[in-house]
Amino acid sequence: MAKTQFEPSIKSRPIYGTLVPRPGKAHLVIADAEGAEAVLDLARAAGAGMMAHTHIIYIPKRTGETYRKPLEALNAAQLYIGPSYEAAVPRLRRTLSDAHMGLQVYLTGTEGLMGQAMREATEAGIPHSAIQTEHRGSTARRMQCVHCKGITEDVVTDPFTCSHCGLNLFVRDHYSRRIAAFQGVRVDAEDPGNVPQPVERFK
Amino acid sequence: MSAGTAKIVVTVTDVVPVNDLVTRFRFARTDGGLMPTFSGGAHTVVEMQDGGTTRLNPYSLMSDPADRTAYTISVRRDEQGRGGSLFMHKQVKPGMEMVISNPVNLFPLDLRARKHLMIAGGIGITPFLAQIKQLAASNGNFELHYSVRTASLASYADELLSAHPTRVNIYHDDKQQVIDLENLLDGQPLGTHLYVCGPKGMIKWVRSTAEGLGWPREAVHDEEFLAPPSGKPFEVKLAVSNKVITVGEHQSLLEAIEAAGVDAPYLCRGGACGQCETDVIGYDGKFLHSDHWLTDEQRESGKKIMPCVSRFEGKTLVLDR
Repeated sequence: MAKTQFEPSIKSRPIYGTLVPRPGKAHLVIADAEGAEAVLDLARAAGAGMMAHTHIIYIPKRTGETYRKPLEALNAAQLYIGPSYEAAVPRLRRTLSDAHMGLQVYLTGTEGLMGQAMREATEAGIPHSAIQTEHRGSTARRMQCVHCKGITEDVVTDPFTCSHCGLNLFVRDHYSRRIAAFQGVRVDAEDPGNVPQPVERFK
Repeated sequence: MSAGTAKIVVTVTDVVPVNDLVTRFRFARTDGGLMPTFSGGAHTVVEMQDGGTTRLNPYSLMSDPADRTAYTISVRRDEQGRGGSLFMHKQVKPGMEMVISNPVNLFPLDLRARKHLMIAGGIGITPFLAQIKQLAASNGNFELHYSVRTASLASYADELLSAHPTRVNIYHDDKQQVIDLENLLDGQPLGTHLYVCGPKGMIKWVRSTAEGLGWPREAVHDEEFLAPPSGKPFEVKLAVSNKVITVGEHQSLLEAIEAAGVDAPYLCRGGACGQCETDVIGYDGKFLHSDHWLTDEQRESGKKIMPCVSRFEGKTLVLDR
């Protein structure tokens, strides 16, 4: 699956690039699902040396075992394949707390993964503009309900139902880096019950 | 009046030789009031009435930002310079009234940093003196690496060492002591910001070494004031004020504009801040850009010039001023 092209939108909406190898003594790659393909492309572009100093954290999600073998073949210094982003967070935090300036961070895969990993990396002191990203795979969104503040992962329709408070929410492009989520706003506040037919906007 | 250049009338209260090259000046408000607050890294532009010439030179404030009773600066004598530092050394005496600008900070600390790593060369120590006082007050995490020619020219090295023995490192050129930069940059904790102030070569060395080691551009800060270079005199037409002026050999374009009575914006007068950026309406000749501000595309477009440090050679230059 190739890199995703998004329609131009409001300034708040994150823009993703293409991962390119940068000089640095250590590299941290965090990917999920089809993001593995961007990791393989990155490794190809980087040539030999880089993988010996690279730590890959990978969450396959619905791709299952598809990318396990090719990723293992990269011979990265460390490769962690885990069941969920949440399960990888302690490892990610420990890695960042031990890291030094010059660490290069590469994020790829879904927006939810990139946003949350970006938040960890910026909290560890890396300027957000120095962190590379590349979108691959599902465009499903991580949404925050602006009313109850609950997070609903992998939203594919607009509007959708908040998984916490049950309100019908309109999907906005308004994004919060701090929460690493798009904002969902009640769609039938003026006229309760008048909810447009949900459309599958994200895949 | 130009943006950010509100003036303060001050009296020189102390003139203290620090060593063979550097003299320290202390300014208090002539009206007895308090100085504006500033943050470490700020500079002030000092006006000098030198015979018929008005000189405006930026100097970093080195006093404690929390002390509003006075500002202090340190000036290194430059025999080859255009005369500003010589005026300060030879003409300025205690009791003299002078005019300085409100402080402007183009080299602030990034207070999101987990650690501040400072690299100074020679008189480049001055902004760090204020920053260190600011950080020390809040128990901030900093480390200074200060390169000097000799112990006798090491301005403020003794004070810094005695106040912060574990945070300050001095390197003497005459003893072949060199900052081991690669080693120093390697192993700094995430969230470290790097600051460098010193000669052009040092700034370039630190920037390129940091870049090669993968430091983000956003975490590396520098400050270098350029003195306007001398050059062949040239004529400029100021379209808005409808004046034709001549820029002298040792005068900057900005100074010539000011001498003609035209109020032009400025802040740093050293090619760094971008405030004096001026539109070019027409030209026939060659620009001699010296600033740190314009992008390569802007330079090639022939539509912009920074009059504080850049010059022109050729037949005609028309500015939107």
